[in-house]
Amino acid sequence: MTPSSEYNFAYLDEQTKRMIRRAILKGLAIPGYQVPFASREMPMPYGWGTGGVQVSAAVLTPDDRFKVIDQGADDTTNAVSIRTFFERTAGVATTTATPVATVIQTRHRIPEEPLTEGQVLVYQVPIPEPLRFLEPRESETRKMHSLEEYGLMHVKLYEDISRHGHIATSYAYPVKVEARYVMDPSPIPKFDNPKLGDCPAIQLFGAGREQRIYALPPYTQVVSLDFEDHPFEASKADHPCGLCGADDSYLDEVIVDDTGGRMFVCSDTDYCEGRQAAGHRGKDLGGKDAA
Amino acid sequence: MYVAVKGGERAIENAHAWLAEERRGDISVAELSVAQIREQLGLAVNRVMAEGSLYDPDLAALAIKQARGDLIEAIFLIRAYRTTLPRFGASAPVDTGDMACDRRISATFKDLPGGQVLGPTFDYTHRLLDFKLAAEGETPDAPRRDAEPGPVPHVTDFLNREGLIEEALHDDTTPPDLTREPLEMPADRALRLQALTRADEGFTLSMAYSTQRGYARNHAFVGELRIGTVPVEMEIPELGFAIEIGEITLTECETVNQFKGSETEPPQFTRGYGLVFGQTERKAISMALVDRALRWEELGEDNVGAPAQDAEFVLYHADNIQATGFLEHIKLPHYVDFQSELELVRKLRREVEASQEQHREAAE
Repeated sequence: MTPSSEYNFAYLDEQTKRMIRRAILKGLAIPGYQVPFASREMPMPYGWGTGGVQVSAAVLTPDDRFKVIDQGADDTTNAVSIRTFFERTAGVATTTATPVATVIQTRHRIPEEPLTEGQVLVYQVPIPEPLRFLEPRESETRKMHSLEEYGLMHVKLYEDISRHGHIATSYAYPVKVEARYVMDPSPIPKFDNPKLGDCPAIQLFGAGREQRIYALPPYTQVVSLDFEDHPFEASKADHPCGLCGADDSYLDEVIVDDTGGRMFVCSDTDYCEGRQAAGHRGKDLGGKDAA
Repeated sequence: MYVAVKGGERAIENAHAWLAEERRGDISVAELSVAQIREQLGLAVNRVMAEGSLYDPDLAALAIKQARGDLIEAIFLIRAYRTTLPRFGASAPVDTGDMACDRRISATFKDLPGGQVLGPTFDYTHRLLDFKLAAEGETPDAPRRDAEPGPVPHVTDFLNREGLIEEALHDDTTPPDLTREPLEMPADRALRLQALTRADEGFTLSMAYSTQRGYARNHAFVGELRIGTVPVEMEIPELGFAIEIGEITLTECETVNQFKGSETEPPQFTRGYGLVFGQTERKAISMALVDRALRWEELGEDNVGAPAQDAEFVLYHADNIQATGFLEHIKLPHYVDFQSELELVRKLRREVEASQEQHREAAE
């Protein structure tokens, strides 16, 4: 597909891209800090990845290979829609293979395959403020960040433990970046949290509606909030994948009949297909990897 | 057996094809033209221009057609288009005192220079369905006469002369631009007015209504409501002077609000202001009431904790394109997050059941 000539490369005009790149650079210079940026109306709705799309548009170059995932999968409808958007407006090569992608836009997952230097992972972020549901006012939460006043967050986590015996946050689990800013990792399952830190790739977070960009440069220290006696624990369904047999990947639960039958499959479709291509078989494909 | 779903792309294409077919409706019925929408659904066009922040009746009409009459969807189309347009410059501020008024009413004075002009209004119509319209009857021509010569001064200027209303000081500072800079709090009045003029009509109406019902009541009178055309002038650097580049229709509402005075202000009336593209008077009046409510701090009033006084609440929730996008995004798949919640709830339930079991055994 050739890029549409009606729009600039990757849709946004150069001035806007420059403004976004400045916000990205500032974000990289202050890891975990939310940089306000003048988010534009995009031709897809707010809440559907406009922040991620603007960040991708600002970092894409004609030589990039672009991958888009939603819930870990390349073929979910919104991932298809965003990939098609950049095929049309930027004419960049696209791929579903994590290792060969140079820019990966994601919603709600980090790929299973470890990322490498030179890759950029762009997150779509709905609510960038980790303190938002504790304090609805932006003017207050910005003050709390600048004063490094995160007591409220620890109280919330502690109340979870006293009420439920566990921290009752299973996704969008807050992290502390380089011992300074508390950051929302976007609604990834907490299973993915350990992949945020010490990552060789650049991680960029775009929140379009909320007009914020933040970033993690490569090899940043990222720690999930916890207590000494209640350490953070990455969790997933206690099964291997029914298709590829992987026991180290995040799983989706699929209801297969109306009598309670279900199976568990990798949410990262590229990872799962790669394993199947390499000969791994889960129990639902009659494989011997079945646990 | 479950197989990973492929073919999202084809499903999307087919859905869009079906949408296009539904938009057209029964093909034995004549297709609606953009010109028909522009001419006969003018108030819908006005709303789309106002909330889309783009004054172009033809594009607004096209957007309404494309959106199947869903005005928020049409506003979205206009906003997405608007953001791609290059900026040549800024016009000179329009002078609403110079307006060629189609409508101009004051609720505070029985008569006044420039007169009361009802104009094309629904006011005083009896809301009875007109079945003649269903029969496609032509409407008779309205009687005509020339406009009164002479200026139509702003009502608030009369009050101002007596010092009875707060002075609206002339200010040449360049206002912030909501469409080019992120909205940051606290927002000054110019920024708040910018956000309100493109705010959702329904939201603005309800916020204004809440002040009338006692949530930060500010006793608003419509000092003046005027609708008409104003020339738009732009300074052309090569020429060195401003030339008229066109005209636009605006609705302006100035409210006169009761005010007892405070520690810092003598007793005098205060102002609320609304200015909106097109004939959009419900929106302009609502805007003026909300503007006035948001001014509590600068006027030294109490914050009674009313929603309409809360600038963060009002400004962060007034934009229907932001609101509808985020609201509707919950249609997107969330199964990764839901799965993690499932695991957590199952774990918590197992633990509760185990502890209940223990209690039972201990009791036996």
